Amino acid sequence: MKILTGNDLKSGAVVWWDGNGWSLHVEDAVDAGDQADAILATESAARRVNAAYAIDATREDGTVRPAHIKDRIRALGPTVRMDLTLKPADPEAGSWVI
Amino acid sequence: MYKYDSYDQEMVDTRVAEFRDQTRRRIEGHLTEDQFKPLRLMNGLYLQLHAYMLRVAIPYGTLNSAQMRVLGDIADKYDRGYGHFTTRQNIQYNWIKLDEAPDILADLTTVEMHAIQTSGNCIRNISSDQYAGAAADELVDPRPYAELLRQWSSFHPEFVTLPRKFKIAVIASDTDRAAMRLHDIGIQIVKNAAGELGARFYAGGGMGRTPMIAPMIRDFVPLDQLITYSEACLRVYNRYGRRDNKYKARIKILVHELGRDEYVRQVEEEFAHLLTQGIEPPIAELERIVPYFADPAYDRSAPDSVDRSDPDFALWLDRNCHAHKQPGYSIVTISLKPVGGIPGDASADQIRLMADLGRDYSFDELRVTHAQNIVLPHVRKADLYALWQKLEAAGLGTANLDQIGDIIACPGLDYCSLANARSIPLAQKISERFAAPEKQAAIGELKLKISGCINACGHHHAGHIGILGVDKKGVENYQLSLGGSEGADTSLGKITGPGFDEDGIVDAVEAATEVYLANKQGGERFLDTYRRIGMEPFKDAIYAKEPVNG
Repeated sequence: MKILTGNDLKSGAVVWWDGNGWSLHVEDAVDAGDQADAILATESAARRVNAAYAIDATREDGTVRPAHIKDRIRALGPTVRMDLTLKPADPEAGSWVI
Repeated sequence: MYKYDSYDQEMVDTRVAEFRDQTRRRIEGHLTEDQFKPLRLMNGLYLQLHAYMLRVAIPYGTLNSAQMRVLGDIADKYDRGYGHFTTRQNIQYNWIKLDEAPDILADLTTVEMHAIQTSGNCIRNISSDQYAGAAADELVDPRPYAELLRQWSSFHPEFVTLPRKFKIAVIASDTDRAAMRLHDIGIQIVKNAAGELGARFYAGGGMGRTPMIAPMIRDFVPLDQLITYSEACLRVYNRYGRRDNKYKARIKILVHELGRDEYVRQVEEEFAHLLTQGIEPPIAELERIVPYFADPAYDRSAPDSVDRSDPDFALWLDRNCHAHKQPGYSIVTISLKPVGGIPGDASADQIRLMADLGRDYSFDELRVTHAQNIVLPHVRKADLYALWQKLEAAGLGTANLDQIGDIIACPGLDYCSLANARSIPLAQKISERFAAPEKQAAIGELKLKISGCINACGHHHAGHIGILGVDKKGVENYQLSLGGSEGADTSLGKITGPGFDEDGIVDAVEAATEVYLANKQGGERFLDTYRRIGMEPFKDAIYAKEPVNG
């Protein structure tokens, strides 16, 4: 699947296109399919999200997993500060990244 | 320490107001990101993987306790309770919100600090010897000259859009503690045969994807021509540096392609012209700056002996304290490399504590080192034990300076949008593998440096052992290199061969240290043994021990 991601203009936080807007949580990401370029163009014009781009990902058991490690780290947070990730209580979070 | 005059203060205050307006216009949608990006970068504000990152300038790595305290307060107030000290003697904050960035810059101006020219194709923060003004082996304090260069290079209208970024280091000791010859321009303050002070210039060094050691381009520049000669070096680079390819735009490529002699010829020609233009600041300006770096009021009767009865303290004393020019004093390095820790990171509380210790034990002065540690430059030997106890209690008493646990590591793929692989987890694993003090002591001096991409912010080319992270079809892979050095004997490391995965590289590092221990003669360091016996014995052991997967 193709999902869309970027960084929120004000906070810089990593965000994911959820079909209606931008979510902080990668599991909310939806398949943009052949609409990816059109959505990116519209959202770029709106100037709320920086440097948005489309990436490959898979969905298994409700979990969206970006194909590249860089985007998995973006989705979770730094692997060396699990206390700062979006899922600090998840002991498996680190292994999910790699 | 240098003190802002009214011009300095007005400049930074004006810049904050300007950036506040630019930020407002960006948030309100009046500026596109393409329009805003160069403006924020001029103020040290990057967009990294997880958030905005702010890089704050610490000129030549020197700061007072009030400045250090504000750096700690910023970590609490605007970030997530910590900061990251960098290989450019600066500090970075990783979790900055755009609308708060102008407030941070305003807070910085209250203690004469800023983030100007910490990014962009301009002359960056001038770096220097972290022991400046205190080292027993220095000719003079290099910082007045670094400060003069800082003033010359700040907002220099001709050099704000160079072909690429430009880094200058200034030292005044034969022991190079600033990786001087790996800078775009390296300057060593020297004396000529007549006993006059002057500047020896090196140009065209650097790391990155094309590492180069800067050749010497002039043995002696009189101090009253320091700025004029610097301007000539920059002018030739600005005129002919390649703007068509950012990977070939640094001065090292120009010097390499022209050849050192032709570059020197052009610089000399420009220098002769500039000498007729009267651009050198009056010597009175240098004389105005010098007293700011005068020696503190040392206690001339301070005892020179230290009670070594506590073995843990004695270990730290031997490892982290350096000879001071003033009897009865010592230069203390606070390691930001605890076992399993993140190199260069310090919590807000630790930063504030170090500020207090600088105030109480080091005449209100601290330094940031390019090896991502903090220095208290002027500590009475009689105070060392009390100081060490306070550091120990705060997790800052690690005794590993210049040992294998004292690792330089860039933020890597955990934070940096340019990185290809993570650096920090490797540093953590290696420091844990070699955690035992006796193991580190047996190995002795070994500088290990890790970069998460070819940009080499972790200085891997200059590591006795260097590690470079690469992206191999979406999987992290690590190349090992041996034999680099950043000191007076500067050399570039050579790659051992195929790369390793995360665990394999740690085993490979251990194999390399075993080869050293088995072959060392007398007081040889790892680097000395490598230079004597060459790469082959290391390769044999490294690749025999671990299956190669890269």
